Amino acid sequence: MAAKGTKYTILPLTRVEGHGKVTVHLNDSGVVDRARLHIVEFRGFERFILGRPFWEIPVAVQRLCGICPVSHHLAAAKAMDRIVGGEQLTPTAEKIRRLMHYGQMLQSHALHFFHLSAPDFLFGTEGTAESGFAAPVEQRNIINLAAKYPDLAVQGVMMRKYGQEVVKATAGKKIHGTGAIPGGVNKNLSIQDRDELLKSIDQMMIWSRGAVDIARDYTKEHFDELAPFGSFESNHLSLVRESDGALDLYDGVLRAVDKDRNMILVDVNVQRYLEVLMEEVRPWSYMKFPFLKDLGPEYGWYRVGPLARMNTASFIDTEEACAAHKEFRELQQGANNITMCYHWARMIEVLHSVEKIRDLLNDPDLQGKDLLSSGPRREEAVAIVEAPRGTLLHHYRVDRNDMVTMCNLIVSTTSNNEPMNRAVTKVAKDHLSGRKDIPEKFLNYIEVAIRAYDPCLSCATHALGSMPLSVEVYDAGGALVDRRVRGSGPNET
Amino acid sequence: MKILVIGYGNPGRSDDGLGPALAERLEALAIPGVTVEADYQLSIEHAAMVAEYDVVVFADADSSCPEPFYLKPVVAKHIVEFTSHSVPPEEILHIAHSCFNASPQGYVLGMRAQVLEPFSEGLSPAAQEVLEAALERLLGFVSERLSVPEPADG
Repeated sequence: MAAKGTKYTILPLTRVEGHGKVTVHLNDSGVVDRARLHIVEFRGFERFILGRPFWEIPVAVQRLCGICPVSHHLAAAKAMDRIVGGEQLTPTAEKIRRLMHYGQMLQSHALHFFHLSAPDFLFGTEGTAESGFAAPVEQRNIINLAAKYPDLAVQGVMMRKYGQEVVKATAGKKIHGTGAIPGGVNKNLSIQDRDELLKSIDQMMIWSRGAVDIARDYTKEHFDELAPFGSFESNHLSLVRESDGALDLYDGVLRAVDKDRNMILVDVNVQRYLEVLMEEVRPWSYMKFPFLKDLGPEYGWYRVGPLARMNTASFIDTEEACAAHKEFRELQQGANNITMCYHWARMIEVLHSVEKIRDLLNDPDLQGKDLLSSGPRREEAVAIVEAPRGTLLHHYRVDRNDMVTMCNLIVSTTSNNEPMNRAVTKVAKDHLSGRKDIPEKFLNYIEVAIRAYDPCLSCATHALGSMPLSVEVYDAGGALVDRRVRGSGPNET
Repeated sequence: MKILVIGYGNPGRSDDGLGPALAERLEALAIPGVTVEADYQLSIEHAAMVAEYDVVVFADADSSCPEPFYLKPVVAKHIVEFTSHSVPPEEILHIAHSCFNASPQGYVLGMRAQVLEPFSEGLSPAAQEVLEAALERLLGFVSERLSVPEPADG
């Protein structure tokens, strides 16, 4: 506990995937000095993996959590492709996996936008910085969305459902899917599943276009309010397609750009990630802080996820998302560093994913019979996919007895750790400095800033369980002077 | 009469897999009129699914309920949750009503979980007994609702 200043504690965060705690540290003048997003539990998933046969890993990693099991499933399978020398997948295998991945992207982004974020946009914003996101938490949810904007609520549910159906058709089942196996896939897409999915694809295209319009129009109409909200200049990192720098969510090379969109990491083979990335440990957080090695921890941190991908990709290889990407780029010169633009970027990826699903469903390779590849055995492999929340890295070593001897994961929320701390600090400095109390809407601001990153804190820290829900204020001497509770009902003091 | 049973939970957390385990057993019986679904957790898309049924049973592990299980009605209600990891049954019914104008009868089958170890597959011996008892009760419930005899192997 600092000898001077006041510390506010806010926990946990509503409608963020997982649980977190925020502390805000004021100086003696009542001005915010810094804010921190704390992660307080750790369960050591990597150690659990050690000693297991490598072929179990694509299924075993889905135990990390139930939020993005497909991303871990595919990242682990891609790593094990290299272990069995089968990284050059057959056309059918690669396209089945991509279809699974685009289904996951669609369902995850749809849930986040319609269920978690749209209520923030559509309630309580009156066009000023003070009124933005000020609606009570009880109002900002899909039930009220359904009451006021019934079409949008239904679209959110049905787009999420469609994405899950794509996943089920390709992964085999929703729980512990087995579709991707080392060197390929264990089944193709049946004609029946293809035809069933094709029935709704035109509707998904219409709704995806509409979602991009909502996010774009909201951003432009509230630009003065949104642009500074939780925003800061940063680097951005993602995979891009090796051949031409296009957006590629499933495979590619690592690229990073700086705040002005100058390239600072030029299309690096993912097997070399240890040459370009490092992770820093800080005593107050269980989550690590990755950074670009050449720039060091102070300047080398970066953002990942939809916003980063819009900044790193040279273009998008589907027609409508490409046009949307160009319009997105026109908003800002250089890189787009506006935190709230994550939402617009996310909907462009929804449109891109639906376009990809449509194209894949019409590709006869999905009914091919050649499902597996193999080659010279390896003992070490790295694989990266672009998960809905950002770059997801799996690194394994496997011994001659097929047992995993080393595992390292860098999940997207870990990469966004420093950016989320910066976002929280920015919001605190803008909205809490000089106050002696914690206004209700400040809790909303903190949530909205963090939610833009769609963090999965349980995955990032491998945490289980939940924390108590409270806001605590300490004076300079460390005594508790105020406490706020946000629960299932109205706030208590 | 169309009945939907959703068994949910994470089989990678030992007894948290009671819901999916019950779903697996029930699905193997292939009872006409009964659709079975398994998932890690409830989410908003389940609202579209339950809207198509007359009766919905949400089967889940419960670490604090009296042993061995309970089966009780649940009604549509809006609940403010901290995360969207798991939308509770009340909210699923509420979304089904709000978005799809559907009001299926809802029931929760809560099964007592004793062991919730991360990264541990398989039910504990105690949970195995709970599963058998809960399945028997559920089959009786389903039979009453469908007004047909229980399957011979049930």
